[in-house]
Amino acid sequence: MSKGNLTRRGVLKTGAVAGAGLALPTYLSAQESGFTNAPTGSTVTLGFNVPQSGPYADEGADELRAYELAVEHLNGEGDGGMLQTFSSKALQGNGILGKKVEFVTGDTQTKSDAARASAKSMIEKDGAIMITGGSSSGVAVAVQALCQEAGIIFMAGLTHANDTTGKDKRANGFRHFFNSYMSGAALAPILAAQYGADRKAYHLTADYNWGYTTEEAVRSSTEALGWETVGTVLTPLTQTDFSSYITPVLQSDADVLVLNHYGGNMVNSLTNAVQFGLRERQVNGKQFEIVVPLYSELMARGAGSNIAGILGSQNWDWKLENQLGAKYTGTNAFVKSFGEKYGFPPSQAAHTCYVQTLLYADAVERAGSFQPCAVVEALEGFEFDGLGSGPTLYRAEDHQCFKDVVVVRGKENPENEFDLVEIVEVTPVEQVTYAPDHPQFAGGALGSCNNGA
Amino acid sequence: MFGLDKKDASLLLIVAVLVAFAPFLLNPFPEGSAMAQFNAGYPDLMQRFVIFGIFAIGFNILFGLTGYLSFGHAAFLGVGSYAAVWMFKLLSMNVIPAIILAVITAGVFALIIGYVSLRRSGIYFSILTLAFAQMSFALAYSVLTPITGGETGLQLALDDPRILDGANQTNNIPVPGFFGMEMRDSTDLVLGNWIFTFNVGYYFAAIIMLISFYVSIRIFRSPFGMMLRAVKSNQQRLNYTGLNPRPYTLAAFVISGMYAGLAGGLMASMDPLAGAERMFWTASGEVVLMTILGGVGTLIGPVLGAGMIKYMENIISKINADILHSWFAFLPDGLEDLVVTMIYPFIGKGWHLTLGIVFMLVVIFLPGGLVQGGQKLAGLFGRKKAEDTKTATTEPAE
Repeated sequence: MSKGNLTRRGVLKTGAVAGAGLALPTYLSAQESGFTNAPTGSTVTLGFNVPQSGPYADEGADELRAYELAVEHLNGEGDGGMLQTFSSKALQGNGILGKKVEFVTGDTQTKSDAARASAKSMIEKDGAIMITGGSSSGVAVAVQALCQEAGIIFMAGLTHANDTTGKDKRANGFRHFFNSYMSGAALAPILAAQYGADRKAYHLTADYNWGYTTEEAVRSSTEALGWETVGTVLTPLTQTDFSSYITPVLQSDADVLVLNHYGGNMVNSLTNAVQFGLRERQVNGKQFEIVVPLYSELMARGAGSNIAGILGSQNWDWKLENQLGAKYTGTNAFVKSFGEKYGFPPSQAAHTCYVQTLLYADAVERAGSFQPCAVVEALEGFEFDGLGSGPTLYRAEDHQCFKDVVVVRGKENPENEFDLVEIVEVTPVEQVTYAPDHPQFAGGALGSCNNGA
Repeated sequence: MFGLDKKDASLLLIVAVLVAFAPFLLNPFPEGSAMAQFNAGYPDLMQRFVIFGIFAIGFNILFGLTGYLSFGHAAFLGVGSYAAVWMFKLLSMNVIPAIILAVITAGVFALIIGYVSLRRSGIYFSILTLAFAQMSFALAYSVLTPITGGETGLQLALDDPRILDGANQTNNIPVPGFFGMEMRDSTDLVLGNWIFTFNVGYYFAAIIMLISFYVSIRIFRSPFGMMLRAVKSNQQRLNYTGLNPRPYTLAAFVISGMYAGLAGGLMASMDPLAGAERMFWTASGEVVLMTILGGVGTLIGPVLGAGMIKYMENIISKINADILHSWFAFLPDGLEDLVVTMIYPFIGKGWHLTLGIVFMLVVIFLPGGLVQGGQKLAGLFGRKKAEDTKTATTEPAE
């Protein structure tokens, strides 16, 4: 029944090999440079981790376009884009620290696990020195934590929840995009000015982390200006038909509907709301209004004519410099090179990703090293201009960028599918700045930067 | 040895050798060559191979032996991960308590779900398990956010208590380890152009996988396993002989859930984060695919299937258009573009399509999975001896 010799030998062999594997002296792996994936040859690899499938695949595709453009400009190809307008002149167009920039791509599938697996393979297999991208806060937070552990810099892409630079902030992670709090702070005064200070708001909120922080931000900002919140209802993320959530709105005495939804959710809920005639409705002698805190061009395209007249906030818009002048210099340079390469204007996701790549490259140049801690030091408290959003600060306390927030409204008569929103106002940075220990960002700690191996 | 007959013992031995030398076997191409794209010998993927191997082995105990098709097995994987991460947060960064709690929690969870679901069989059972799993997913994603971290997932934080570990000296979150050996520690062996990576976490998971594999062989060969096969072949007949099959199926369900919990605990040990997507129905479907792809009811099949799917997910999906262009750069321009356009839908984000085609081919031409393919090959090239042994080899327990 049993064949002792065979298996004992096998067990011994396994044990010996496993033991050898575990006991191999670590000097083999010790890198002289003292940090993970130090570039040794004439090239440096960046990892672009974006959703290529799933609900945010459109955003992901646009982010990838921006990354490819950024790499071209860093390597001195093309017209240089924002490198011409960037206030820091450290970048020479000869790669980063003289090393040619190469990149690897991965698919996050908008799932934390898949995103982490993809990021890990970039770090472990492809030797990426920096990871960037993502189109959802869940993914951004997950990958940021991974990069912290591995000793890699993470430059967040499109992530709007407070948590990314709030309770889940990490020393190796940086966010250029704005957040829920800023949306609320930027929108509230304009809402009050446009619709009056005695409004009753009803919130429909996507039932996950980003939804909660956005609802909280918009609620507290509008209530501070005299609005009343008459109802908040959570809707499942997978919901496609919101009729059953709209009916109670009709029965309440609310006169504003706030849709804390993003992507496909927002397209569907907004379409339902308009179909129910909410836009024509009169309550308490006032015109009923709909608000979408986080706007994106790609969502506007999906919602079609339903977005006409609806207010929301954006991180950036490609028309900024044309309409509001030279303060937002860089915008036109970027739109021009993006348009020439791809034939249409970039989205705000593309903008934030492009800028993040340049900011990283610039920080490395200024630090004179790829070492993560040196890069963190170069980025912390860094003030810059000429990247399309006006004067901007990378705050040291939470690694969040502070800049003006754009408030937009859906156009009544759009001329083409890329010009769906009009800029209503730009809320200056002072109004959206908050203390690092603001209650909406409480908990969590940056920790200290990690160089990895 | 270990109460195995010769054939099973040699199977176990083969698996052990393969697992031990995986860093070499999976990195056949030298660093920097064009084929290096297909190297799979980096720690994260190797860990996934063995962890999903455990998951699939466990699933096979239920599906392969009793024929009960659970469409909600990912729920146990998720529960195991959450339990493990909570242990890291509260107790210690040592992986042992985390894994033990993961297995126990998943077992209890499986007992409750199994007790209800196993009142029905066939499609009703599948739908019930699917419903429970989706329910767990929905709970983890939103309602239970304080426990599960919701969409962001459950993460470690600097100020977690970790009562057994003592005060945190550094300003960084500690990493899971096994009595001082950190799971992420690796050593590289450089031989010319080849780099082979030996990772602590991988070998830790691999040893647990071998133990799980051994336990699964023992279950397959035991009287208990025979009873489970009886449930699969004719449950009514079993009822008429006066035997109540439910305790057996429930036991199989719980064992299989504990395997899933073990896999979940190991996943959390390698990468201390638990997300709700792990419980989504597509994750449950994936383990069904793994098992069928490899060979239902065979011992080694599920492990092969798991390896195959994870390889495609991580390697094929990373090939992008630029890489294709560099491969076919030797062709004339027009032809290069044509070839790239033709291959492009099947790589990168199109890896699902490739997987679907492979799956269809396997199901149509090799209903016994990859194992049957292997047997056919052995039959083609082997001598007559191969013919004889075939009757005695592990036939899929259809």
